Amino acid sequence: MDSPLDRNGLYSGLYGFFADLAPDGLGWLAYLLAGVVIVFIVVNGVMLLTAFETYMERRVLGRFQTRLGPNRVGPFGLLQPFADVLKLIMKEDLRPAMADRLTFFLAPVIMVAAILLVAAVVPFGPDTFLADLNIGVLFIVGIPTMATVAMFLGGWGSGNRFALLGAARAVAMLISYEVPMIVSLAGVLLLAGSMSLVDVVEAQRLPFVVLQPLGFFVFLVAASAEMNRSPFDLMEAESELTAGFHTEFSGVRFGLLQLAEFGELVIISAVLAVLFLGGWQNPFVSPDFAQWLPGQVWFLLKLVFFLLLFTWIRATLPRMRVDQVMAFAWKALFPLAIINTLVTAGLVVAWPEPEYGQLWIIAAVNWAVAVACLVVFSRALERHRERPTASVQLVEVPAEVS
Amino acid sequence: MPYGLGIAKGMMVTLRNLVRKPVTVQYPEQRVAQHHRFRGEDFVWYEERCTGCASCAKYCPQGIIKIVTAPSGEMTQEGEKYKLEVFDIEIARCMFCGLCVEACPYDALHMGSGFERARPRQSDLVISVDELKASAKKPSTWFRPQLQDRGYDPFQPGDDVTWQDAGREKSVAPTYEEMLQRWVQGR
Repeated sequence: MDSPLDRNGLYSGLYGFFADLAPDGLGWLAYLLAGVVIVFIVVNGVMLLTAFETYMERRVLGRFQTRLGPNRVGPFGLLQPFADVLKLIMKEDLRPAMADRLTFFLAPVIMVAAILLVAAVVPFGPDTFLADLNIGVLFIVGIPTMATVAMFLGGWGSGNRFALLGAARAVAMLISYEVPMIVSLAGVLLLAGSMSLVDVVEAQRLPFVVLQPLGFFVFLVAASAEMNRSPFDLMEAESELTAGFHTEFSGVRFGLLQLAEFGELVIISAVLAVLFLGGWQNPFVSPDFAQWLPGQVWFLLKLVFFLLLFTWIRATLPRMRVDQVMAFAWKALFPLAIINTLVTAGLVVAWPEPEYGQLWIIAAVNWAVAVACLVVFSRALERHRERPTASVQLVEVPAEVS
Repeated sequence: MPYGLGIAKGMMVTLRNLVRKPVTVQYPEQRVAQHHRFRGEDFVWYEERCTGCASCAKYCPQGIIKIVTAPSGEMTQEGEKYKLEVFDIEIARCMFCGLCVEACPYDALHMGSGFERARPRQSDLVISVDELKASAKKPSTWFRPQLQDRGYDPFQPGDDVTWQDAGREKSVAPTYEEMLQRWVQGR
């Protein structure tokens, strides 16, 4: 039988180390200890990355707006996230009188837990991951939905109408965007032939962004809606809902919610890097190109690329209206994802085991379909937008009256 | 613009801003150059010029200048000069309009150039007569063209303005030809 540790070099190495130390009959303890060590590394690594992300986002966003961003705490302001955490921990932890005690307490915890759970299956490098689930892709689209449940718990438990409205918006929007997000992944799965994220990375002789431009676009947009970032940050629209579902949270709980929000950004960027940019593989097309950097570093570079891309989008695009957001999900993204899936399925049937040259043909067909879809859909949506909503009727005034 | 070109255009605009130099001024270390006609705090007051007429208190729109005078027995050309027992300017409510300086008939009160008088208590934000006497005699040239004509700059180190130099009676009024010349050059 295949052991789940066969492909997991880090885990099996640690297991071997602890198994040598452990007395006979306590092999399960070594197994457990190895897991605990890796969980410790992964959780703290993700937390550190998130802290670095908040700093980087604020600095880069500042430069986008021709200002400097935080630069006072430590060299170049690098200690800013730690100062923020200290401040949040020391602040008073308020609970509104109308709040539901249990849900108000549970919401931030569940949210952070849901986000950190996803990190368990993300392969950060060759042999550097906690678990290689054979349903990894299902896991990464299913588990973050738990964060949405937590969001609704928080919004409901706050006893505040703004929080409830924001949470209701979040749930409505995330359910809509979950559909194109999952369907857009079908193309990747068809090409990779597996749902395990490690298999997906190893199947990318060409990065899937080259083979799946349409799927990449749909996943990118749906993911940025999934994690409530601009231009889809409707549930925390400051001008309408104060701060959405986290209006009433303060102190440590607010810090946890922020951690979950930026942690989700890091995780989704990691998933994007894994699914579409070839994960830990070096981006050079030729497989026998010299390995310049270890795979973990390539993975981090791709992760940072996506973080910067999301920051750029946030710096540019204004918030959309509710009806526009919903219409975009169901009228544009969902059909695009289905077209992408059908085209990819046809190509996979035509070349079940594509050679390297045939991969380029698949890429060319997919790009042609993507450009055609862009033209057709943008014209259709444009025509829809220009239709007047209310018609003004001109009435002839009789000459005698005037 | 169709085909998502509008989004691409917007993204390029923000990208161009990314490579621009930030406009931020790191305040305590870096400062923006102030104008010599700045209307600021730490009013410059010349006891020798002040007669205690309280025009400044009268013209203050906020009514924040409090003056208590007493006869001093000292006679000047214009009449009796009063001694100032209290000259409180409640700077917390001052809006730095400069009307007190405009109203002063004897050029005794001038604006200063400071703006960093933050205090933890509002009661500390009162300039008393002792403070006015002790304040540095570096007036702003706002509503004091005679100082500007002399080439005086409040931000240059050295030379405080003495009470004899502060008034407009010492400045030489330009002749008609000089004014015409200035006007022609200004064109």
